[in-house]
Amino acid sequence: MAKESKVLRIATYCALIIFSVAFFLPFYWLITTSLKTEDQIFRIPPVWIPHPLKWSNYTEGLTFVPFFTYLRNTLIISVSNVIGALLSCSLVAYGLAIIPWRGRDFVFFLLLSTMMLPYQVVMVPLFTIFTKLGWIDTFLPLIVPSFLGNAFLIFLLRQFFMSIPKDLTDAARIDGCSELQIYRGVIVPLSKPALATVALFSFMGAWNDYLGPLIYLFDQSKYTLSLGLAMFSSQYGSYWGMLMAVSTVVTIPIVILFFFTQRTFIQGITMTGIKG
Amino acid sequence: MKRLKKASRIERINMRNGLLFTLPALLGLVGFTLYPMAASLYYSFCRYTGLKPPVWIGIGNYEFMLHDRLLREALWNTVYYTVFAVPLGIITAFALAVLLNAKVRGLAFFRTIFYLPSIVPVVASSVLWLWILNPENGLVNAIIEGFGKILAAVGLPQINGPGWLADPHWSKPALILMSVWGVGAWVVIYLAGLQDVPHELYEAASLDGATSWQKTRHVTIPFMSPYIFFTAVMGVIGSLQYFTQAWVMTRGTGGPVNSTMMFSMYLFQNAFQFFKMGYACAMAWLLFVLIMVATLLIFKTSARYVYYGGR
Repeated sequence: MAKESKVLRIATYCALIIFSVAFFLPFYWLITTSLKTEDQIFRIPPVWIPHPLKWSNYTEGLTFVPFFTYLRNTLIISVSNVIGALLSCSLVAYGLAIIPWRGRDFVFFLLLSTMMLPYQVVMVPLFTIFTKLGWIDTFLPLIVPSFLGNAFLIFLLRQFFMSIPKDLTDAARIDGCSELQIYRGVIVPLSKPALATVALFSFMGAWNDYLGPLIYLFDQSKYTLSLGLAMFSSQYGSYWGMLMAVSTVVTIPIVILFFFTQRTFIQGITMTGIKG
Repeated sequence: MKRLKKASRIERINMRNGLLFTLPALLGLVGFTLYPMAASLYYSFCRYTGLKPPVWIGIGNYEFMLHDRLLREALWNTVYYTVFAVPLGIITAFALAVLLNAKVRGLAFFRTIFYLPSIVPVVASSVLWLWILNPENGLVNAIIEGFGKILAAVGLPQINGPGWLADPHWSKPALILMSVWGVGAWVVIYLAGLQDVPHELYEAASLDGATSWQKTRHVTIPFMSPYIFFTAVMGVIGSLQYFTQAWVMTRGTGGPVNSTMMFSMYLFQNAFQFFKMGYACAMAWLLFVLIMVATLLIFKTSARYVYYGGR
């Protein structure tokens, strides 16, 4: 019996190691290719450890594309999205979780049901609306909607707010606090982990978004990192070293963010069950 | 009487506050969802280029769908992708979660390795996989050929890597392979679920002499069915809208010979490249119906096997 379980343990570790190697190999290839010379990139059988390291893939790649312009644009959009989501989603979730009012369940249901709606249905009319507003080729179509709530993030926050003991808000009400005071003084301070999750998910969503910028941005000086990288890839498809260098640079901030916020990430995923 | 008045006053104040707090979402709902939905439905019955006002043409766009060969292909490709990518993703994620749940050391390390791919920006991972799946110099084929040589050495027929995105027979499997790599979020969800399965049940099963497979089959899987069901629904909804990876990896062409032309890609082309916005809206509604039907189907069939503890 003990012997069998030992075999099972060894088999488990073997399987985990094989899977880990398979899952990690693409990252390894990304980074090593970004450091290879042209000659090493195309050699068969493949070069596993690049030598010499060609760092100039990075300097060349980042000057080839106006990387810092794209980075600035992406940061403007992502940070605005975080602010928008934090403000709007927390207020709406408060209205749906803490204040008792008639029609609240209906609004909640309506919001939830929009999560089923594919973006493609509203894509064309939204484009028409933003054209009429004169917002095409600006960041506004990518920023303003985040200030008007996001069903998924509202749902996440509402679930969290519901778990806060009602006694706390009732006590504050008896003390004569207004709803806005309760929101700021009681709910927000108690909800920091959930708010961090919302911030993280909306930042990642905006940072990784491709379809939105593809629809609304035309002028290259307004491109985001995703858009810039895709364009760079389709125009200079054979410069693999440089492409991998730029891809690495686009990926690294997200990986660093992940390492600092691992807990929030994992909690967020398990709390909601959905990738942001 | 006075109390009644007071109660209704509180109700009124609550009503006002509730509306004020949810105002952002209400505005978003009307301006960015309900109105666009109505407009989209209207456009779907129109010839609409986006430049001139829409012209009503009745069911013309829907009729045209029946004769649109490319639309049929795109639909087929999308369904093919969904039918393979979702179950394969579920199986892989489930297997990984079960392995991780075996009280292994270094859980955080392994979990991180499996989760990382799913946070990589989609465009970056698409460019990376374009390189990894490169038929001549790609990593995947280099590994396959390495194994091939071992096979040849022991007298078995040598195998060679396929053309992946260059070969219409292998282009969809290439996209599916890449999607399985990004399944980390599901691993995290399943792992959380597995850790909630009551231990007593395994112990009871052991006492009854159940094998590990029987325990998996009769204890783990029933307990995990709500999680599997949830990921299946989310996976199908996402896969039917699959766009960015295929778009970036084929440079917006859906090649070779339309083998990776996805429904959303063709829709995007119609809307923003051919300026057939009315037709694009009609396609979007077809997609919506498809998603509803698929979701409903999963809900219906799941009633048989989804088990909610105690409910």
